[in-house]
Amino acid sequence: MRLRLVPDDTKINFFGLSKITFGGSIVLLVLSIVAYLAFGLNYGIDFKGGTTIRTESTQSVDVGAYRAALDPLGLGDVAITEVFDPGFGPDRNVAEIRIQAQGDAESIQPATMTAIESALTAVDPNVQFASVESVGPKVSGELIRSAVLSVLGAITAIVIYIWLRFEWQFAVGGIVALVHDVGLTIGLFALLQIKFDLAIIAALLTIVGYSINDTVVVFDRVRENLRKYKVMPLIDVLNLSANETLSRTLMTSGTTILALLALLFLGGDVIRGFVFAITWGIVVGTYSSIYIAKNIVLMLGVKRDWSKKDPRTVGKYADVESK
Amino acid sequence: MLHISAFKQAAIWLTVIVGLALALPNAFYSRVETHNDAIAQGQVDTTWPSFLPSGLVNLGLDLRGGAHLLAEVQTTDVYATIMDATWPEVRDALAQERDTVGFVTRETSAPDELIVRISEPAGANRALEIVRGLARPITSLTGAGSTDIEVTGNGPLLTIRLSDAEKLAVDDRTMQQSLEIIRRRIDEVGTREPTIQRQGETRILVEVPGVGSAQEVKDIIGTTAQLTFQPVVGRAASATEQAGVGQEVLPSVDQQGVFYVLDTAPVVTGEELVDAQPAFDQNGQPAVNFRFNVTGARKFGDYTLDHIGEPFAIVLDNEVISAPTIQSHIPGGSGIITGNFTVEESTNLAVLLRAGALPAKLNFLEERTIGPQLGQDSIDAGKQAAVVGSALVVIFMLVTYGLFGLFANIALMINMGLIFGGLSLLGATLTLPGIAGIVLTVGMAVDANVLVFERIREELRTDKGPARAIELGYERALSAIVDSNVTTLITAGILFYMGSGPVRGFAVTLGLGIITSIFTAIFVTRSLIVIWFAWRRPKTIEV
Repeated sequence: MRLRLVPDDTKINFFGLSKITFGGSIVLLVLSIVAYLAFGLNYGIDFKGGTTIRTESTQSVDVGAYRAALDPLGLGDVAITEVFDPGFGPDRNVAEIRIQAQGDAESIQPATMTAIESALTAVDPNVQFASVESVGPKVSGELIRSAVLSVLGAITAIVIYIWLRFEWQFAVGGIVALVHDVGLTIGLFALLQIKFDLAIIAALLTIVGYSINDTVVVFDRVRENLRKYKVMPLIDVLNLSANETLSRTLMTSGTTILALLALLFLGGDVIRGFVFAITWGIVVGTYSSIYIAKNIVLMLGVKRDWSKKDPRTVGKYADVESK
Repeated sequence: MLHISAFKQAAIWLTVIVGLALALPNAFYSRVETHNDAIAQGQVDTTWPSFLPSGLVNLGLDLRGGAHLLAEVQTTDVYATIMDATWPEVRDALAQERDTVGFVTRETSAPDELIVRISEPAGANRALEIVRGLARPITSLTGAGSTDIEVTGNGPLLTIRLSDAEKLAVDDRTMQQSLEIIRRRIDEVGTREPTIQRQGETRILVEVPGVGSAQEVKDIIGTTAQLTFQPVVGRAASATEQAGVGQEVLPSVDQQGVFYVLDTAPVVTGEELVDAQPAFDQNGQPAVNFRFNVTGARKFGDYTLDHIGEPFAIVLDNEVISAPTIQSHIPGGSGIITGNFTVEESTNLAVLLRAGALPAKLNFLEERTIGPQLGQDSIDAGKQAAVVGSALVVIFMLVTYGLFGLFANIALMINMGLIFGGLSLLGATLTLPGIAGIVLTVGMAVDANVLVFERIREELRTDKGPARAIELGYERALSAIVDSNVTTLITAGILFYMGSGPVRGFAVTLGLGIITSIFTAIFVTRSLIVIWFAWRRPKTIEV
């Protein structure tokens, strides 16, 4: 007997709870905006400028001592966090130190870096500097701009593609689903204050790609069923299509999430935020393709009769003449 | 009926074999790497068979460790240098008509312009005419028809600026020169595969794998390393001492508390050097021998002839290395720089001088150093995650689709191989997010198969024969597969275009993974199913 995630003939009414699901999504989206406005995003140096130093030591990390050592240097805003990972043994203690941008446009000065290194070495002689990344405010401003542009660009390009391949209502459904997914992801990052850097933008774009992938599979089936069942009400066609593709939707999300969970637990702390964003995005992306995109299509309605011209596009004189 | 032509079958499997052969060297990474290094140095090496491909996936800095720097070239520095060099020319030209224009003095001005005051306002028109006569036509394609300087007059004041076309030409020349010099200096150190490329109008990206810190790379590049020979006006007691117009105060490099007042307009610059070699002076002290090109030699010769007995300064990076007194006319254009050098310092200085001075200062906007250990840890973690993730997916597919799941799994393994083959072929760079992209592809690669299998299940339910169901399954799932993957490909394309470094690496693996997974799902799995079907001729199938 094979594993069946979903029984063969499901007849779930996906619109039965549409008030709750749709309303819930709107509430979550509003909450995301509130979280974003209230807490803001924990921007990494890519977007804010500054320096990130990753230290590794055999001794345990004493955040207080690190702070005390760095305070006299007058570096401004300094954030020190200890990094935990199941892969680290007891003699591997990692900390991340983030320092605000020092100059007007440039990356960290060698003298500052030397001062930081010797201050920390005084606290812990075994400390190693595994990575040092420094971004000047000039570049970070540009990175923000290009990140925003790339997310908007991706969404636009996809919407145009769907509009060409399907009807415009589907494109609208798709874009709403995308905004929903991206919005909820940003909201979660604001709420949990996970570091938001360039890699997260890549994750957002991946979510955009994945979410639309899912939505398109459902849309493709809707398109097919619209041709097959010409008189069935739109709501039933949408429901039927969702039921028919449900097995595939869950199967693909399932395999992808399995692979991502492996990465989330075993892939190391460096890309954990990135993988976390994608994993979350795939969960909301799967949800949005079932519950959001179709609802929009239903609200907007779809031109059903494929053989005749849309009556609206025929000029009024055509009627006059035929009388 | 369910059939793929023999020709198509051959094409499919040939592609698979070629792809896997291209991926093969990556399984023996360090061995192939040493082999390639040996070949690159012209040695004969037999550790890796020559008939096999030897292309490797490049490891990104985040995996290999190394330094990444983004520098902005201060191209406007060069405008100031050009203006300084124009001043003597203007002065000499106007001096010949002293009767009409009177005395000529230089006024303080913005660094990219030159303001000249003449003492006879009545001669302003004539002065304007003379200075305009100094303008040279621009020979570059874009600047055709315009001249290099623009001169405007305002009573006794003449303002000389570079024209926009000349500025563009200067910018371009400065960038080319900076790139070339950085490349030469980094090559002298001989690290493996550095990336040095121009980014945008005025930026240079430098990536050097394997170095310990970004600072080391900065030291190699040297931020300014400008060599000039400047006339000495006098000595100063401190750095804050006020210098006259067109003069500057610079410290001595080895004598504490000694400052020189120099003319900012250099007699000769390091650009006119053709050779520099470490040597020893007559006292056996380390020194550097240098030789100028023809124009440099003439300028230097003329200057030394006119200024015997006066000191001049050899200035490197705004510090006076030495300020010898001119003993005699030096006509040959060669000379020796002495100072308190060690042998190593004189060798380094010779290298710096030979490589040429950077024409403008570099500002480092971004620098990242990744330690090699961190990179190795990331590779290990990525590998482990990939193995476990694939195993989970393989088991899941097997449990869900049985034999067909096995076909999909074989295709998945081939897919992984093809991704590496493709990366090696393209010479693409694998980064940490790139590894995540591969793992993500593993999860998503089965999607096309899932779409087909689910469709076959549906077709089977409508009482179609197994062969017909399989055929319809492929046929009807195709539009969904294509549409959904094109959208993901669009995002990968945008990521590649907009992103840089690690993010770009992610875009490459994601995009390549989509292409290979479509290929394996549509062709490889199908081919496996067809072969199996022809062999077993099953009456019923279970998917």
